[in-house]
Amino acid sequence: MCGIVGLYLKNPKLQPKLGAMFKPMIIEMTNRGPDSAGVAIYRNPVKKNQVKFSLAHDDAGYDWKKVETGLEKALKCDATIKKIGNHCILVTNAKENAAVKWLDAHHPDVRVVGSGHTIEIFKEVGLPANVYDKFDLDEAKGTHIIGHTRMATESAVTTAGSHPFATGADLCLVHNGSLSNHNRLRENLRREGMEFQTENDTEVAAAYMTWKLRGGATLKEALEDGIEDLDGFYTFLVGTADGFAVVRDPIACKHAVMAETDDWVAMATEYRAIAHLPGADDAKIWEPEPATIYTWGGHA
Amino acid sequence: MNELDLKTEGVTGINQRLYGLPKNTNERHWAIRNPMGQHAIACGLDGPLHVEVHGHVGFYCGGMNKDAELVVHGHAGVGVAENLMSGLVWIKGNASESAGATGNGGLLIIDGDASSRCGISMKGIDIVVGGSVGHMSAFMAQRGNLVVCGDAGDALGDSIYEARLYVKGKVASLGADCVEKDMREEHLADLARLLDRAQRTDNPKNFRRYGSARKLYNFNVDHADAY
Repeated sequence: MCGIVGLYLKNPKLQPKLGAMFKPMIIEMTNRGPDSAGVAIYRNPVKKNQVKFSLAHDDAGYDWKKVETGLEKALKCDATIKKIGNHCILVTNAKENAAVKWLDAHHPDVRVVGSGHTIEIFKEVGLPANVYDKFDLDEAKGTHIIGHTRMATESAVTTAGSHPFATGADLCLVHNGSLSNHNRLRENLRREGMEFQTENDTEVAAAYMTWKLRGGATLKEALEDGIEDLDGFYTFLVGTADGFAVVRDPIACKHAVMAETDDWVAMATEYRAIAHLPGADDAKIWEPEPATIYTWGGHA
Repeated sequence: MNELDLKTEGVTGINQRLYGLPKNTNERHWAIRNPMGQHAIACGLDGPLHVEVHGHVGFYCGGMNKDAELVVHGHAGVGVAENLMSGLVWIKGNASESAGATGNGGLLIIDGDASSRCGISMKGIDIVVGGSVGHMSAFMAQRGNLVVCGDAGDALGDSIYEARLYVKGKVASLGADCVEKDMREEHLADLARLLDRAQRTDNPKNFRRYGSARKLYNFNVDHADAY
Protein backbone atom coordinates (compact mmCIF):
# COMPACT_ATOMS: atom_id res chain seq x y z
CA MET A 1 0.00 0.00 0.00
CA CYS A 2 1.27 3.44 -0.94
CA GLY A 3 -0.21 6.83 -1.67
CA ILE A 4 0.18 8.81 -4.86
CA VAL A 5 -0.75 12.45 -5.37
CA GLY A 6 -0.34 14.85 -8.24
CA LEU A 7 -1.40 18.44 -8.83
CA TYR A 8 -1.15 20.34 -12.10
CA LEU A 9 -2.13 24.00 -12.12
CA LYS A 10 -4.07 25.17 -15.16
CA ASN A 11 -4.46 28.66 -13.72
CA PRO A 12 -1.01 30.36 -13.60
CA LYS A 13 -2.24 32.69 -10.83
CA LEU A 14 -2.18 29.73 -8.44
CA GLN A 15 1.49 28.91 -9.07
CA PRO A 16 2.76 30.79 -5.99
CA LYS A 17 0.52 28.54 -3.87
CA LEU A 18 1.55 25.17 -5.37
CA GLY A 19 3.43 23.96 -2.28
CA ALA A 20 0.73 25.13 0.11
CA MET A 21 -2.08 23.55 -1.94
CA PHE A 22 -0.21 20.26 -2.21
CA LYS A 23 0.73 19.92 1.47
CA PRO A 24 -2.65 18.68 2.80
CA MET A 25 -2.90 16.32 -0.18
CA ILE A 26 0.30 14.44 0.59
CA ILE A 27 -0.27 14.55 4.36
CA GLU A 28 -3.74 13.05 3.89
CA MET A 29 -1.99 10.02 2.34
CA THR A 30 0.20 9.47 5.43
CA ASN A 31 -1.59 6.35 6.61
CA ARG A 32 -1.15 4.79 3.17
CA GLY A 33 2.60 5.33 3.41
CA PRO A 34 4.23 6.39 6.66
CA ASP A 35 7.68 4.91 5.83
CA SER A 36 8.97 7.55 3.47
CA ALA A 37 7.82 10.32 1.20
CA GLY A 38 9.01 12.19 -1.83
CA VAL A 39 7.99 14.84 -4.29
CA ALA A 40 8.99 16.01 -7.73
CA ILE A 41 8.30 19.69 -8.21
CA TYR A 42 8.56 21.52 -11.50
CA ARG A 43 9.83 25.08 -10.99
CA ASN A 44 12.54 27.62 -11.85
CA PRO A 45 13.48 26.40 -15.33
CA VAL A 46 17.16 26.83 -16.11
CA LYS A 47 18.65 28.17 -19.36
CA LYS A 48 18.80 25.95 -22.44
CA ASN A 49 22.55 25.37 -22.10
CA GLN A 50 22.24 24.49 -18.42
CA VAL A 51 21.19 21.36 -16.61
CA LYS A 52 19.68 21.13 -13.16
CA PHE A 53 20.53 18.14 -10.93
CA SER A 54 18.82 17.05 -7.75
CA LEU A 55 21.52 15.44 -5.59
CA ALA A 56 21.19 13.62 -2.28
CA HIS A 57 23.58 12.44 0.40
CA ASP A 58 22.85 10.50 3.60
CA ASP A 59 24.85 13.04 5.62
CA ALA A 60 22.79 16.23 6.06
CA GLY A 61 26.03 18.12 6.76
CA TYR A 62 27.69 17.08 3.52
CA ASP A 63 30.07 19.67 2.11
CA TRP A 64 28.25 20.59 -1.10
CA LYS A 65 30.57 23.59 -1.62
CA LYS A 66 33.29 21.08 -2.41
CA VAL A 67 31.12 19.59 -5.15
CA GLU A 68 30.46 23.04 -6.59
CA THR A 69 34.08 24.22 -6.72
CA GLY A 70 35.41 20.80 -7.69
CA LEU A 71 33.05 20.50 -10.64
CA GLU A 72 33.79 24.05 -11.84
CA LYS A 73 37.50 23.41 -11.74
CA ALA A 74 37.49 19.96 -13.29
CA LEU A 75 35.06 20.66 -16.13
CA LYS A 76 35.86 24.37 -16.56
CA CYS A 77 32.22 25.25 -16.20
CA ASP A 78 29.90 27.33 -14.05
CA ALA A 79 28.12 25.59 -11.22
CA THR A 80 25.88 26.79 -8.42
CA ILE A 81 24.60 24.70 -5.58
CA LYS A 82 21.65 25.33 -3.28
CA LYS A 83 21.37 23.10 -0.25
CA ILE A 84 17.84 22.02 0.71
CA GLY A 85 17.63 19.51 3.58
CA ASN A 86 20.02 16.66 2.81
CA HIS A 87 19.55 17.30 -0.90
CA CYS A 88 20.94 20.02 -3.09
CA ILE A 89 20.05 21.55 -6.42
CA LEU A 90 23.05 21.83 -8.71
CA VAL A 91 22.78 24.05 -11.79
CA THR A 92 25.63 23.87 -14.27
CA ASN A 93 26.42 24.52 -17.90
CA ALA A 94 28.62 21.43 -18.03
CA LYS A 95 27.54 18.55 -20.27
CA GLU A 96 25.15 16.28 -18.32
CA ASN A 97 27.09 13.06 -18.94
CA ALA A 98 30.41 14.65 -18.01
CA ALA A 99 28.97 16.03 -14.77
CA VAL A 100 27.48 12.65 -13.80
CA LYS A 101 30.77 10.91 -14.57
CA TRP A 102 32.72 13.40 -12.47
CA LEU A 103 30.27 13.06 -9.55
CA ASP A 104 30.56 9.28 -9.77
CA ALA A 105 34.34 9.40 -9.64
CA HIS A 106 34.82 12.09 -6.99
CA HIS A 107 31.69 11.92 -4.85
CA PRO A 108 30.55 8.30 -5.13
CA ASP A 109 28.20 8.61 -2.11
CA VAL A 110 26.25 11.40 -3.76
CA ARG A 111 23.14 10.11 -5.50
CA VAL A 112 21.74 11.83 -8.58
CA VAL A 113 18.00 11.62 -7.89
CA GLY A 114 16.84 13.71 -10.82
CA SER A 115 17.94 15.90 -13.69
CA GLY A 116 16.54 18.13 -16.38
CA HIS A 117 15.58 21.76 -16.87
CA THR A 118 12.74 22.21 -14.40
CA ILE A 119 12.39 19.09 -12.25
CA GLU A 120 13.56 18.98 -8.62
CA ILE A 121 13.20 15.72 -6.68
CA PHE A 122 13.24 15.48 -2.88
CA LYS A 123 12.71 12.23 -1.00
CA GLU A 124 13.49 10.89 2.41
CA VAL A 125 12.45 8.30 4.98
CA GLY A 126 9.98 9.45 7.62
CA LEU A 127 6.46 10.79 7.84
CA PRO A 128 5.28 12.86 4.88
CA ALA A 129 4.72 15.93 7.11
CA ASN A 130 8.34 15.79 8.32
CA VAL A 131 9.71 15.24 4.83
CA TYR A 132 7.63 18.12 3.49
CA ASP A 133 8.95 20.48 6.16
CA LYS A 134 12.53 19.34 5.70
CA PHE A 135 12.61 20.47 2.10
CA ASP A 136 10.82 23.83 2.64
CA LEU A 137 7.98 22.85 0.34
CA ASP A 138 5.25 24.87 2.10
CA GLU A 139 6.23 28.02 0.29
CA ALA A 140 7.23 26.33 -2.96
CA LYS A 141 6.06 27.91 -6.20
CA GLY A 142 5.78 25.96 -9.43
CA THR A 143 3.61 24.66 -12.21
CA HIS A 144 3.01 21.10 -11.06
CA ILE A 145 4.08 18.61 -8.45
CA ILE A 146 3.76 14.90 -7.85
CA GLY A 147 4.29 13.05 -4.61
CA HIS A 148 4.41 9.65 -3.02
CA THR A 149 3.97 8.22 0.45
CA ARG A 150 5.50 4.77 0.80
CA MET A 151 4.59 1.68 2.73
CA ALA A 152 7.44 -0.60 1.68
CA THR A 153 6.57 -4.10 0.49
CA GLU A 154 9.20 -5.16 -2.05
CA SER A 155 12.41 -3.73 -0.61
CA ALA A 156 13.97 -1.91 2.32
CA VAL A 157 12.89 1.44 3.74
CA THR A 158 15.73 3.68 2.56
CA THR A 159 15.99 7.11 1.00
CA ALA A 160 17.26 5.53 -2.21
CA GLY A 161 14.23 3.21 -2.27
CA SER A 162 11.83 6.13 -1.86
CA HIS A 163 9.89 7.55 -4.76
CA PRO A 164 9.87 9.43 -7.13
CA PHE A 165 12.38 7.70 -9.40
CA ALA A 166 13.89 9.69 -12.25
CA THR A 167 13.30 8.26 -15.73
CA GLY A 168 15.15 10.79 -17.86
CA ALA A 169 15.33 14.54 -18.35
CA ASP A 170 12.50 16.17 -16.37
CA LEU A 171 10.75 12.81 -16.07
CA CYS A 172 9.99 10.81 -12.97
CA LEU A 173 7.77 8.00 -11.82
CA VAL A 174 5.82 7.20 -8.66
CA HIS A 175 4.16 3.84 -8.13
CA ASN A 176 1.47 2.28 -6.01
CA GLY A 177 1.54 -1.50 -6.20
CA SER A 178 4.12 -4.21 -6.66
CA LEU A 179 5.78 -5.73 -9.70
CA SER A 180 6.29 -9.47 -9.84
CA ASN A 181 8.76 -9.74 -12.72
CA HIS A 182 11.19 -7.03 -11.61
CA ASN A 183 14.15 -9.37 -10.97
CA ARG A 184 14.22 -10.79 -14.47
CA LEU A 185 13.48 -7.39 -16.00
CA ARG A 186 16.35 -5.84 -14.00
CA GLU A 187 18.75 -8.43 -15.38
CA ASN A 188 17.54 -7.80 -18.93
CA LEU A 189 17.92 -4.05 -18.49
CA ARG A 190 21.42 -4.47 -17.00
CA ARG A 191 22.39 -6.25 -20.19
CA GLU A 192 21.11 -3.18 -22.05
CA GLY A 193 23.47 -1.04 -19.98
CA MET A 194 21.05 0.35 -17.38
CA GLU A 195 22.38 0.81 -13.85
CA PHE A 196 20.53 0.30 -10.57
CA GLN A 197 21.00 1.74 -7.09
CA THR A 198 18.53 -0.51 -5.22
CA GLU A 199 16.62 -3.82 -5.26
CA ASN A 200 13.41 -1.83 -5.59
CA ASP A 201 10.72 -2.88 -8.09
CA THR A 202 9.75 0.68 -8.99
CA GLU A 203 13.32 1.51 -9.89
CA VAL A 204 13.07 -1.25 -12.49
CA ALA A 205 9.90 0.28 -13.92
CA ALA A 206 11.65 3.67 -14.02
CA ALA A 207 14.72 2.18 -15.72
CA TYR A 208 12.44 0.42 -18.20
CA MET A 209 10.80 3.76 -19.09
CA THR A 210 14.20 5.45 -19.34
CA TRP A 211 15.46 2.70 -21.64
CA LYS A 212 12.37 2.95 -23.85
CA LEU A 213 12.54 6.74 -24.04
CA ARG A 214 16.27 6.66 -24.87
CA GLY A 215 15.41 4.27 -27.68
CA GLY A 216 13.19 6.95 -29.20
CA ALA A 217 9.77 5.98 -27.84
CA THR A 218 7.35 8.74 -26.90
CA LEU A 219 6.13 8.72 -23.30
CA LYS A 220 2.81 7.29 -24.46
CA GLU A 221 4.56 4.51 -26.40
CA ALA A 222 6.80 3.71 -23.44
CA LEU A 223 3.77 3.42 -21.16
CA GLU A 224 1.89 1.31 -23.70
CA ASP A 225 4.86 -1.08 -23.96
CA GLY A 226 5.01 -1.11 -20.17
CA ILE A 227 1.48 -2.52 -20.02
CA GLU A 228 2.82 -5.51 -22.01
CA ASP A 229 6.16 -5.96 -20.26
CA LEU A 230 5.54 -5.08 -16.60
CA ASP A 231 3.80 -7.83 -14.68
CA GLY A 232 2.13 -6.98 -11.41
CA PHE A 233 -0.17 -4.46 -9.80
CA TYR A 234 0.38 -0.81 -10.44
CA THR A 235 -0.93 2.64 -10.73
CA PHE A 236 1.82 4.84 -12.14
CA LEU A 237 1.95 8.61 -12.09
CA VAL A 238 4.62 10.02 -14.40
CA GLY A 239 5.76 13.62 -14.02
CA THR A 240 6.80 15.34 -17.26
CA ALA A 241 8.28 18.75 -18.04
CA ASP A 242 4.86 20.20 -18.73
CA GLY A 243 2.35 17.94 -17.02
CA PHE A 244 1.77 14.39 -15.93
CA ALA A 245 0.57 11.00 -17.14
CA VAL A 246 -1.41 8.28 -15.34
CA VAL A 247 -1.71 4.59 -16.14
CA ARG A 248 -3.16 1.61 -14.27
CA ASP A 249 -2.57 -2.09 -14.89
CA PRO A 250 -5.28 -4.03 -16.79
CA ILE A 251 -6.82 -5.44 -13.58
CA ALA A 252 -6.81 -2.01 -11.92
CA CYS A 253 -7.05 -3.04 -8.29
CA LYS A 254 -4.73 -0.25 -7.14
CA HIS A 255 -7.00 2.69 -6.52
CA ALA A 256 -6.82 5.93 -8.44
CA VAL A 257 -9.08 8.92 -8.82
CA MET A 258 -8.78 12.05 -10.90
CA ALA A 259 -10.43 15.44 -10.63
CA GLU A 260 -10.42 18.54 -12.80
CA THR A 261 -11.67 22.10 -12.48
CA ASP A 262 -10.95 25.22 -14.57
CA ASP A 263 -8.01 25.88 -12.21
CA TRP A 264 -6.33 22.52 -11.72
CA VAL A 265 -6.06 18.82 -12.48
CA ALA A 266 -5.39 16.46 -9.59
CA MET A 267 -4.72 12.76 -9.27
CA ALA A 268 -4.64 10.76 -6.07
CA THR A 269 -4.91 7.24 -4.74
CA GLU A 270 -7.95 8.32 -2.76
CA TYR A 271 -10.37 11.21 -3.16
CA ARG A 272 -9.80 12.42 0.41
CA ALA A 273 -6.42 13.79 -0.73
CA ILE A 274 -8.14 15.85 -3.42
CA ALA A 275 -10.95 16.97 -1.09
CA HIS A 276 -8.66 19.66 0.36
CA LEU A 277 -8.34 21.56 -2.93
CA PRO A 278 -10.47 24.65 -3.51
CA GLY A 279 -13.50 23.73 -5.63
CA ALA A 280 -13.05 19.96 -5.16
CA ASP A 281 -16.72 19.50 -4.26
CA ASP A 282 -17.79 20.68 -7.70
CA ALA A 283 -14.87 19.26 -9.69
CA LYS A 284 -15.33 16.75 -12.48
CA ILE A 285 -14.27 13.53 -10.76
CA TRP A 286 -13.60 10.19 -12.41
CA GLU A 287 -11.68 6.99 -12.09
CA PRO A 288 -9.00 6.23 -14.67
CA GLU A 289 -9.88 3.14 -16.73
CA PRO A 290 -7.60 0.09 -16.63
CA ALA A 291 -4.75 -0.09 -19.18
CA THR A 292 -5.56 3.40 -20.44
CA ILE A 293 -3.06 6.23 -20.60
CA TYR A 294 -4.11 9.68 -19.46
CA THR A 295 -1.87 12.71 -20.02
CA TRP A 296 -1.91 16.40 -19.24
CA GLY A 297 0.36 19.00 -20.73
CA GLY A 298 0.68 17.49 -24.20
CA HIS A 299 4.08 15.90 -23.58
CA ALA A 300 3.05 12.48 -24.87
CA MET B 1 -33.13 17.18 10.74
CA ASN B 2 -30.11 16.98 13.05
CA GLU B 3 -26.83 18.23 11.59
CA LEU B 4 -23.40 16.67 12.04
CA ASP B 5 -20.20 18.33 10.81
CA LEU B 6 -17.53 15.77 10.02
CA LYS B 7 -14.82 18.42 9.96
CA THR B 8 -15.37 19.16 13.63
CA GLU B 9 -16.52 15.78 14.95
CA GLY B 10 -14.47 13.37 12.84
CA VAL B 11 -15.66 10.03 11.45
CA THR B 12 -15.52 8.21 14.75
CA GLY B 13 -17.34 11.02 16.53
CA ILE B 14 -20.16 11.02 14.00
CA ASN B 15 -20.51 7.26 13.87
CA GLN B 16 -20.54 7.06 17.67
CA ARG B 17 -23.33 9.65 17.80
CA LEU B 18 -25.41 7.52 15.44
CA TYR B 19 -24.60 4.25 17.24
CA GLY B 20 -25.56 5.77 20.59
CA LEU B 21 -29.14 6.50 19.57
CA PRO B 22 -31.73 4.26 21.19
CA LYS B 23 -33.60 1.95 18.78
CA ASN B 24 -36.89 3.75 19.40
CA THR B 25 -35.46 7.25 19.02
CA ASN B 26 -37.53 10.01 17.49
CA GLU B 27 -34.35 11.64 16.19
CA ARG B 28 -34.32 9.62 13.01
CA HIS B 29 -33.22 12.22 10.48
CA TRP B 30 -29.56 13.19 10.29
CA ALA B 31 -27.48 15.23 7.86
CA ILE B 32 -23.71 14.91 7.62
CA ARG B 33 -21.76 17.90 6.23
CA ASN B 34 -18.14 18.11 5.01
CA PRO B 35 -17.51 14.39 4.48
CA MET B 36 -14.17 15.28 2.76
CA GLY B 37 -13.86 11.82 1.20
CA GLN B 38 -13.24 10.21 4.57
CA HIS B 39 -13.66 6.45 5.03
CA ALA B 40 -16.29 4.41 6.84
CA ILE B 41 -18.83 7.22 7.12
CA ALA B 42 -22.19 6.05 8.52
CA CYS B 43 -21.27 2.39 8.38
CA GLY B 44 -22.46 -0.17 10.89
CA LEU B 45 -25.77 1.63 11.44
CA ASP B 46 -28.25 -0.62 13.21
CA GLY B 47 -31.68 0.95 13.28
CA PRO B 48 -34.29 2.76 11.19
CA LEU B 49 -32.37 6.03 10.78
CA HIS B 50 -32.46 8.27 7.71
CA VAL B 51 -29.02 9.77 7.10
CA GLU B 52 -28.11 12.15 4.27
CA VAL B 53 -24.47 12.91 3.46
CA HIS B 54 -23.78 16.14 1.58
CA GLY B 55 -20.58 15.72 -0.43
CA HIS B 56 -18.26 12.96 -1.64
CA VAL B 57 -17.48 10.03 0.65
CA GLY B 58 -14.43 7.77 0.80
CA PHE B 59 -14.15 3.99 1.17
CA TYR B 60 -16.66 1.63 2.83
CA CYS B 61 -19.45 4.18 3.32
CA GLY B 62 -22.65 2.57 4.64
CA GLY B 63 -21.01 -0.83 5.05
CA MET B 64 -22.79 -3.47 7.15
CA ASN B 65 -25.83 -1.22 7.66
CA LYS B 66 -29.07 -2.72 8.94
CA ASP B 67 -32.51 -1.10 8.58
CA ALA B 68 -31.10 2.40 7.93
CA GLU B 69 -31.61 4.60 4.87
CA LEU B 70 -28.47 6.38 3.73
CA VAL B 71 -28.41 8.92 0.89
CA VAL B 72 -25.12 10.34 -0.40
CA HIS B 73 -25.39 13.55 -2.41
CA GLY B 74 -22.06 13.01 -4.12
CA HIS B 75 -19.71 10.26 -5.29
CA ALA B 76 -18.67 7.24 -3.23
CA GLY B 77 -15.27 5.58 -2.93
CA VAL B 78 -14.31 1.92 -2.87
CA GLY B 79 -16.62 -0.65 -1.25
CA VAL B 80 -19.73 1.44 -0.70
CA ALA B 81 -22.47 -0.53 1.11
CA GLU B 82 -20.07 -3.42 1.54
CA ASN B 83 -21.83 -6.30 3.29
CA LEU B 84 -25.09 -4.35 3.49
CA MET B 85 -27.55 -6.35 5.63
CA SER B 86 -30.82 -4.51 4.95
CA GLY B 87 -32.22 -1.04 4.37
CA LEU B 88 -31.13 1.32 1.63
CA VAL B 89 -27.98 3.04 0.41
CA TRP B 90 -28.54 5.57 -2.36
CA ILE B 91 -25.57 7.18 -4.12
CA LYS B 92 -26.59 10.18 -6.20
CA GLY B 93 -23.26 10.30 -8.04
CA ASN B 94 -20.83 7.57 -9.16
CA ALA B 95 -19.37 4.76 -7.10
CA SER B 96 -15.85 3.35 -7.16
CA GLU B 97 -14.74 -0.29 -7.15
CA SER B 98 -16.49 -3.14 -5.35
CA ALA B 99 -19.79 -1.36 -4.71
CA GLY B 100 -22.15 -3.57 -2.71
CA ALA B 101 -19.49 -6.25 -2.29
CA THR B 102 -20.67 -9.30 -0.31
CA GLY B 103 -23.99 -7.55 0.44
CA ASN B 104 -26.46 -9.81 2.25
CA GLY B 105 -29.64 -7.83 1.76
CA GLY B 106 -31.15 -4.40 1.30
CA LEU B 107 -30.96 -2.16 -1.75
CA LEU B 108 -28.05 -0.19 -3.17
CA ILE B 109 -28.92 2.43 -5.78
CA ILE B 110 -26.20 4.22 -7.73
CA ASP B 111 -27.57 6.93 -9.99
CA GLY B 112 -24.31 7.28 -11.93
CA ASP B 113 -21.70 4.71 -12.95
CA ALA B 114 -20.13 2.04 -10.80
CA SER B 115 -16.55 0.95 -11.35
CA SER B 116 -15.05 -2.53 -11.52
CA ARG B 117 -16.18 -5.47 -9.38
CA CYS B 118 -19.62 -4.02 -8.63
CA GLY B 119 -21.57 -6.63 -6.66
CA ILE B 120 -18.58 -8.92 -6.21
CA SER B 121 -19.62 -11.94 -4.14
CA MET B 122 -23.08 -10.46 -3.52
CA LYS B 123 -25.13 -12.67 -1.22
CA GLY B 124 -28.67 -11.31 -1.46
CA ILE B 125 -28.34 -7.57 -1.93
CA ASP B 126 -30.20 -5.84 -4.78
CA ILE B 127 -28.15 -3.30 -6.72
CA VAL B 128 -29.52 -0.85 -9.30
CA VAL B 129 -26.95 1.12 -11.29
CA GLY B 130 -28.29 3.98 -13.42
CA GLY B 131 -25.12 4.10 -15.53
CA SER B 132 -22.55 1.45 -16.40
CA VAL B 133 -20.48 -1.01 -14.39
CA GLY B 134 -16.80 -1.86 -14.87
CA HIS B 135 -15.01 -5.15 -15.41
CA MET B 136 -15.47 -8.24 -13.21
CA SER B 137 -18.84 -7.08 -11.90
CA ALA B 138 -20.89 -9.72 -10.06
CA PHE B 139 -17.81 -11.92 -9.76
CA MET B 140 -18.81 -15.03 -7.78
CA ALA B 141 -22.20 -13.46 -7.13
CA GLN B 142 -24.32 -15.82 -5.05
CA ARG B 143 -27.76 -14.30 -4.57
CA GLY B 144 -29.66 -11.08 -5.24
CA ASN B 145 -30.17 -8.90 -8.31
CA LEU B 146 -27.80 -6.60 -10.15
CA VAL B 147 -29.56 -4.18 -12.51
CA VAL B 148 -27.40 -2.17 -14.92
CA CYS B 149 -29.16 0.49 -16.98
CA GLY B 150 -25.99 1.24 -18.99
CA ASP B 151 -23.25 -1.12 -20.18
CA ALA B 152 -21.27 -3.80 -18.38
CA GLY B 153 -17.49 -4.22 -18.64
CA ASP B 154 -15.49 -7.38 -19.34
CA ALA B 155 -16.07 -10.69 -17.57
CA LEU B 156 -19.53 -9.93 -16.22
CA GLY B 157 -20.68 -12.57 -13.74
CA ASP B 158 -17.50 -14.63 -13.76
CA SER B 159 -17.95 -17.82 -11.70
CA ILE B 160 -21.45 -16.72 -10.77
CA TYR B 161 -23.73 -18.81 -8.53
CA GLU B 162 -27.41 -17.88 -8.26
CA ALA B 163 -27.61 -14.09 -8.57
CA ARG B 164 -29.61 -12.54 -11.41
CA LEU B 165 -28.01 -9.93 -13.63
CA TYR B 166 -30.07 -7.55 -15.80
CA VAL B 167 -28.27 -5.32 -18.29
CA LYS B 168 -29.91 -2.82 -20.63
CA GLY B 169 -26.85 -1.82 -22.64
CA LYS B 170 -23.91 -3.73 -24.07
CA VAL B 171 -21.98 -6.40 -22.23
CA ALA B 172 -18.28 -6.27 -23.15
CA SER B 173 -17.89 -9.96 -22.36
CA LEU B 174 -19.35 -12.61 -20.06
CA GLY B 175 -17.17 -14.32 -17.48
CA ALA B 176 -16.73 -18.06 -17.04
CA ASP B 177 -20.02 -19.94 -16.59
CA CYS B 178 -22.14 -16.80 -17.05
CA VAL B 179 -24.74 -17.06 -19.83
CA GLU B 180 -27.69 -15.13 -21.17
CA LYS B 181 -31.02 -16.49 -20.00
CA ASP B 182 -34.67 -16.11 -20.93
CA MET B 183 -36.53 -13.19 -19.43
CA ARG B 184 -39.68 -14.71 -17.99
CA GLU B 185 -42.69 -12.92 -16.46
CA GLU B 186 -41.37 -13.28 -12.93
CA HIS B 187 -38.09 -11.65 -13.96
CA LEU B 188 -39.86 -8.76 -15.66
CA ALA B 189 -41.93 -8.25 -12.51
CA ASP B 190 -38.82 -8.35 -10.27
CA LEU B 191 -36.99 -5.95 -12.53
CA ALA B 192 -39.96 -3.55 -12.73
CA ARG B 193 -40.16 -3.50 -8.92
CA LEU B 194 -36.43 -2.71 -8.57
CA LEU B 195 -36.48 -0.01 -11.27
CA ASP B 196 -39.50 1.52 -9.60
CA ARG B 197 -37.74 1.61 -6.22
CA ALA B 198 -34.81 3.38 -7.84
CA GLN B 199 -37.27 5.85 -9.41
CA ARG B 200 -36.16 4.91 -12.89
CA THR B 201 -38.33 5.00 -16.00
CA ASP B 202 -36.41 2.37 -18.01
CA ASN B 203 -38.64 -0.25 -19.62
CA PRO B 204 -37.89 -3.74 -18.19
CA LYS B 205 -38.46 -5.22 -21.65
CA ASN B 206 -35.30 -3.51 -22.91
CA PHE B 207 -33.10 -5.49 -20.51
CA ARG B 208 -31.41 -8.84 -20.98
CA ARG B 209 -30.94 -11.34 -18.21
CA TYR B 210 -27.73 -13.18 -17.38
CA GLY B 211 -27.02 -15.86 -14.84
CA SER B 212 -25.15 -19.03 -14.05
CA ALA B 213 -24.92 -21.95 -16.47
CA ARG B 214 -24.31 -23.99 -13.29
CA LYS B 215 -21.52 -25.97 -14.93
CA LEU B 216 -18.69 -24.65 -12.83
CA TYR B 217 -19.67 -24.86 -9.22
CA ASN B 218 -20.84 -28.44 -9.06
CA PHE B 219 -18.24 -31.14 -9.32
CA ASN B 220 -18.75 -32.87 -12.65
CA VAL B 221 -17.33 -36.35 -12.90
CA ASP B 222 -16.93 -35.97 -16.66
CA HIS B 223 -14.41 -33.21 -15.95
CA ALA B 224 -12.46 -35.16 -13.33
CA ASP B 225 -9.35 -35.07 -15.50
CA ALA B 226 -9.37 -31.30 -15.45
CA TYR B 227 -9.02 -31.03 -11.67
